[in-house]
Amino acid sequence: MNRRIEQGCNKTTVRKSADQREEENVGNSSSARDGLASIPALLQRNATVFADRPAYREKEFGIWQSWTWAETAKEVDALALGFLNLGVNEGDFIAIAGRNRPYFYWSMVAAQSVGAIPVPVYQDAASDEMAYVLEHCGARFAIVEDQEQVDKIIDIQDKLDQFEHMIYVDPRGLRKYDHHKLHQFSHVQEQGVAARDEFMGDLEARRGKLDYATTCVMLYTSGTTGKPKGVVLSNRNILEASRSSSEFDKLTLDDEVLAYLPMAWVGDFIFSIGQAYWCGFCVNCPESAETMHTDLREIGPTYYFAPPRVFEMQLTNVMIRMEDAGRFKQWLFHHFMDHALKVGSKILDGGSVSAWDKMKYSIGNLCVYGPLKDTMGFGRVRVGYTAGEAIGPEIFEFYRSLGINLKQLYGQTEASVFITLQPDGEVRNDTVGVAAPGVEIKIADSGEVFYRSEGVFEEYYKNPDSTASTKDAEGWVATGDAGFFDEANGHLRIIDRAKDVGKMADGQMFAPKYVENKLKFYPNILEAVVFGNQREKCTAFINIDLTAVGNWAERNNIGYASYQELAGNPQVLDAIKGHVEEVNRSLAEDPMLAHCQVHRFLVLHKELDADDGEMTRTRKVRRGVIGEKFEDLLGALYDGSSEIATKTEVTYEDGRKGYISATLKIVEAQIVQAEPQKVAAE
Amino acid sequence: MLDAEQGYTTEDGRKIGGVVMEMKNITLRFGGVVAIKDISFDIREGEIRAIIGPNGAGKSSMLNVISGFYNPQEGEVWYQGQLRPPMKPYQVARQGIARTFQNIALFEGMTVLDNVMTGRIRQMKTGLFAQAIWKGAAEQEEVENREFVEKIIDFLEIQSIRKTPVGRLPYGLKKRVELARALAAEPSILLLDEPMAGMNVEEKEDMSRFVLDVNDEFGTTIVLIEHDMGVVMDLSDRVVVMDYGQKIGDGSPDDVRNNQAVIDAYLGVSHD
Repeated sequence: MNRRIEQGCNKTTVRKSADQREEENVGNSSSARDGLASIPALLQRNATVFADRPAYREKEFGIWQSWTWAETAKEVDALALGFLNLGVNEGDFIAIAGRNRPYFYWSMVAAQSVGAIPVPVYQDAASDEMAYVLEHCGARFAIVEDQEQVDKIIDIQDKLDQFEHMIYVDPRGLRKYDHHKLHQFSHVQEQGVAARDEFMGDLEARRGKLDYATTCVMLYTSGTTGKPKGVVLSNRNILEASRSSSEFDKLTLDDEVLAYLPMAWVGDFIFSIGQAYWCGFCVNCPESAETMHTDLREIGPTYYFAPPRVFEMQLTNVMIRMEDAGRFKQWLFHHFMDHALKVGSKILDGGSVSAWDKMKYSIGNLCVYGPLKDTMGFGRVRVGYTAGEAIGPEIFEFYRSLGINLKQLYGQTEASVFITLQPDGEVRNDTVGVAAPGVEIKIADSGEVFYRSEGVFEEYYKNPDSTASTKDAEGWVATGDAGFFDEANGHLRIIDRAKDVGKMADGQMFAPKYVENKLKFYPNILEAVVFGNQREKCTAFINIDLTAVGNWAERNNIGYASYQELAGNPQVLDAIKGHVEEVNRSLAEDPMLAHCQVHRFLVLHKELDADDGEMTRTRKVRRGVIGEKFEDLLGALYDGSSEIATKTEVTYEDGRKGYISATLKIVEAQIVQAEPQKVAAE
Repeated sequence: MLDAEQGYTTEDGRKIGGVVMEMKNITLRFGGVVAIKDISFDIREGEIRAIIGPNGAGKSSMLNVISGFYNPQEGEVWYQGQLRPPMKPYQVARQGIARTFQNIALFEGMTVLDNVMTGRIRQMKTGLFAQAIWKGAAEQEEVENREFVEKIIDFLEIQSIRKTPVGRLPYGLKKRVELARALAAEPSILLLDEPMAGMNVEEKEDMSRFVLDVNDEFGTTIVLIEHDMGVVMDLSDRVVVMDYGQKIGDGSPDDVRNNQAVIDAYLGVSHD
């Protein structure tokens, strides 16, 4: 059943080209035996086998510009020769800071081609965060996007002993800079091509040396606790993980992805380099971060990946726009969405559904689901994944009921992403699936999840202690997450981060993330941080979503001048209180977690921000930091006071600091008594 | 005093050329009101020239004289070594002088892209009929112009609003679209009438960066009127200060800052 739906909206799965069959043959054979033991080797294969197929597209000047695999190989070669010309040695680290653009993907592959190690870093990192990473890996070279990044690195250059050359892509505003150690990307390539005769032999020799044991990339973990750690991943890790996951989801040459997630994140490396080079599919780069949604719609990816946050935002946007729609459209939307929620996932999974329901669903598809998917850019999605954090069950169901094959995966940088995956047709919102191909999983007595696979990282760079405490001699890696296997279907369920799962004062389990995710489903709530470890009761900090609440304020003629003012508005507090109480009611139905109901909460006067260290760059909350930073507020939540005045330091985007002060109201939420006899089945 | 032919080099290493435009003893009257009284100054190639002064000093009138909107009763405007006869604004525009307005003057119902495309009208040679048929030369011309406009859109980072009607944009972005339209005309002199009025600090920083980048990247000579003293002092190479229609100062930002007449005009003089 799900086949038919997919084929209806996705032409590419139906067609099987000669190229594709050829690709499958290549894919199935052992890569190491074919000499395909590195990304540059895969590039050379693709340049011959898929020469005229698109490898990269980037929207620039309003048009999708594309590069074939053959052209890509040429660009990468030119850059690699340029690197040799600049004196890049084997084993050097090359930092890469920029948004998703073909140039940076080429840079990574060119770095690998000359035996250097690419280190993608978050381009929005503040300069001291970037300084830490560049200093830690001892990068000699950096490839950056524009003046902003160049300035940032010039600022910190004095602290970096080994740093030498910087290469930038966008020359704007950089004309007057001292160009002794600063080079334009295209010039480096030109000089490389000019010196081809001199360096080609060296390039080929270095490329020939690459094998499974060579380091492929070094990625810094986002670090929910402590300093980031450099995870060293070898070609074996990346290629084996890419191979097995591509086979698992039957990815082909014809798939399309949109590369928009940070390049420093392991997911982007696997999807946009590992799997793309393995399968030979095309990586599309958006025009700018702001045009991502338009570009997504224009490309219509068949393989899509996003953290829950992106799905939440999309859903919030849809709901806001529906509220502004006419009454008939609203009725149509709600009527058919109710139906989709009832039968959509079942149809997607090929379950049995009555003929009437099926017919009604196909009418809904015509009127609502199809156009909606198209607007969101999901019209052609064949395989969609969400990972990074648990997704709210309601959000997950929303997308699946539309007929989008959205699945969950559970992964880590240390595993080259994949630990567990949900197979088609076995998707559930409360599990993260079965062990990915080639991955072994065991659960320790403490409840912590351990895994072992070909994708397991080599080491944390210059940090043998952490390596030893994470990975044991037999190759088992501790995830730091607590979980268990669901007895009914053998799927893994993750409860929370092992560090976060605590005990309440009365000894019952405290799982903050579970409660936070429930809260975050409400479009009005952007972030929530729940406290309660070693305490009698649970309390929460809440961040409102400015888009959703702002829209609501506008429609209700509520004036506000700032985020802070809106966050303190009594009507907003009332609405949030309603959400918290609904969550409490739903928690009361779960005997394991009924005691985690939120007794008191406050709405924070500022958005939690990575620049202030309250979140990681991948937007996970840093519970510890928040608890310490807002100690006064946390105290007020427990001492019974009804409001508290506070002053908070904030960091602006350009690194300057300022203070904002506010008086925050503390709201009591109603608690529902758990009734064990009425518990819904798990 | 600088020589008219010779240029100078700024502190940050930019080469400023000779005089491209010279205002000689300009006087502009509206009936009995004297808006500009006997003002002379010059504009050099590649420089950022600011005109400042308190409200009602005659700054915008001065800009309108440069753009040909007002023809002064007395005085001469010399442009590229030639005395400029009284002209209509469109004739001045043809000479390569483009401007933005203090009160935004965009086509509200049109998209950003279309608004910026109107800036290319000077470059379009084909007639109305040919453009309506849109074949051959007209099509070719539109493609070329669109390419140029897309580069400006990229330059000013307004890709995400390319297809948005201007009426729906916030003020700061409208200002940026207006700048884009002016740039689309490939001006040799760009006149900016209070480009940062009504903006918050962050928007001002963005706009300042664009102004500097335009000057740097295209070598465009820029004349700007601005109230924010911090912005003026940071951006401009030389400043003309006006008060009650008269020129009370002219020189580098530092000179002007220490000029007693300027301090009096801005802070007032005690009369005891």
